[in-house]
Amino acid sequence: MIIDILKEYYPLIFKGVGYTMLIAIAGTIIGLLIGLLIGVYRTIPTPRNKALRILKKIGDFILSAYIEVFRGTPMMVQALVIFWGFALLNGGQTLNVTFSALLIVSINTGAYMAEIVRGGIISIDKGQFEGAQAIGMGHGKTMFYIVIPQALRNILPSVSNEFIINIKDTSVLNVIGFTELFFQAKTIVSINYQTFATYLLVAIVYFVLTFSISLLLRFIERKMDGKKHFTILGSQSDRASVVAQNSGGGSNE
Amino acid sequence: MNENLNKDLIDSTGVTSECDVVNSEQGGETVTLEGGNDIISIEHLEKCFGDHEVLKNIDFTVRQGDVTCIIGPSGSGKSTLLRCINLFEEPTGGRILFHGEDIMLTKKVSQYRRKVGMVFQSFNLFNNYSVLGNCTIGLRKILHMKKAEAEKVAMDYLASVGMAAYIKARPKQLSGGQKQRVAIARALCMQPEVILFDEPTSALDPEMTGEVLAVMQKLAKSGLTMIVVTHEMSFAKDVAHKVVFMDDGYIVEEGSPEDIFDHPQNERTKEFLNTDKKQ
Repeated sequence: MIIDILKEYYPLIFKGVGYTMLIAIAGTIIGLLIGLLIGVYRTIPTPRNKALRILKKIGDFILSAYIEVFRGTPMMVQALVIFWGFALLNGGQTLNVTFSALLIVSINTGAYMAEIVRGGIISIDKGQFEGAQAIGMGHGKTMFYIVIPQALRNILPSVSNEFIINIKDTSVLNVIGFTELFFQAKTIVSINYQTFATYLLVAIVYFVLTFSISLLLRFIERKMDGKKHFTILGSQSDRASVVAQNSGGGSNE
Repeated sequence: MNENLNKDLIDSTGVTSECDVVNSEQGGETVTLEGGNDIISIEHLEKCFGDHEVLKNIDFTVRQGDVTCIIGPSGSGKSTLLRCINLFEEPTGGRILFHGEDIMLTKKVSQYRRKVGMVFQSFNLFNNYSVLGNCTIGLRKILHMKKAEAEKVAMDYLASVGMAAYIKARPKQLSGGQKQRVAIARALCMQPEVILFDEPTSALDPEMTGEVLAVMQKLAKSGLTMIVVTHEMSFAKDVAHKVVFMDDGYIVEEGSPEDIFDHPQNERTKEFLNTDKKQ
């Protein structure tokens, strides 16, 4: 039954998978970039200049409003408000659906990512910031070269989680007529009336997508961590250097 | 309360003479030594954390080429004083003059910090770079050197601290003493005019302490201006040109190592140094 549906409608389903993955991947990456920018901005030390300090406060306020609003309302509602709101302003002309989908997922993810990135930056030892500042790095360079690369590794599990959530949550974009996987399922049902079998098939497809991706991301995390065991070079447990020392070659110099 | 030795607060910026040349091997700005050439003058410095007054009316000067050791009990404000000098802590009163210029008014804090290196108790090597990367990142991204050039400079300094064999190692693969020597090389790479050492050996075992102090001693001999907060009394005695004893936010006594260690005037200094001997 399910196999038959797959055989008959695979072009529709594959197209849905393609759009779903496109928006999930692009939305997560753009969302992460938004989150990084906000994270870097929000960790700028309070300026000594009074005008700048007020400006920073205003910026902080706008960003927290953005984060709270987009975390505090459903993405389906956000999609409808943005899509139809734009149409209203534009004299009935709607925005390109794919572009709208990408826009909505990106700014929604950005709000979550901002908080994730903030947590990642806080998790980095204060000494890393001070080490960078001590050689003359300003906030931007400290963040870009030292803190963010380390923070990214720490937040990778949360980012992966956001990505998987995005694969599933793109399904709400069917309300603006975006042809992702769930929209295709509804289309198929309207043709064959096999509601249970079709939705079960789509559920299986979603699961295969998310599960294989979470395995892949875990693999990447392990790769990034490198070897679990390492030797302190030149220490007593460093065989090579002990041998070198015994044979007269000092390893410390 | 504290003996004010700031008699010659004469701004001698730009005055050069043909004495020993420091850091000349890099060919950059050559810094020349001259007796009485003040590089840093601190005037009436105060620092409060809320109601808690950590530094009270601190006055002292650092001459070019001098090694100044700051000693004193824990909590006496030594580290805070050091952190005020490179503006990690913002002073709440007084002035800090660097070549006669008030650094609290400077807009370019990063550029100032580049000239004032710092070595930390907890090393603070960049975990995401190798030993070589730790030393070259500043040269490349702040001084905008080419990669090959930066690596050459870094290798020179790494060799001078005995870490040339470890350039590919990650910080987590190094022992504490090795990390600290790399941290010193990293500070030297930026060719600072003065390096601040914040208890550089307090996290190390005696063997590693020895290797780090040996490097510091070598630097002191080369004429580098150093301000060292330390609990290593023998280092202060042997290497310092000037020793400053701090207690409870005040400079209680300052002078040559002989003055402080052999003929301390103040009761508190005597007490502190005696307890140290007993241990």
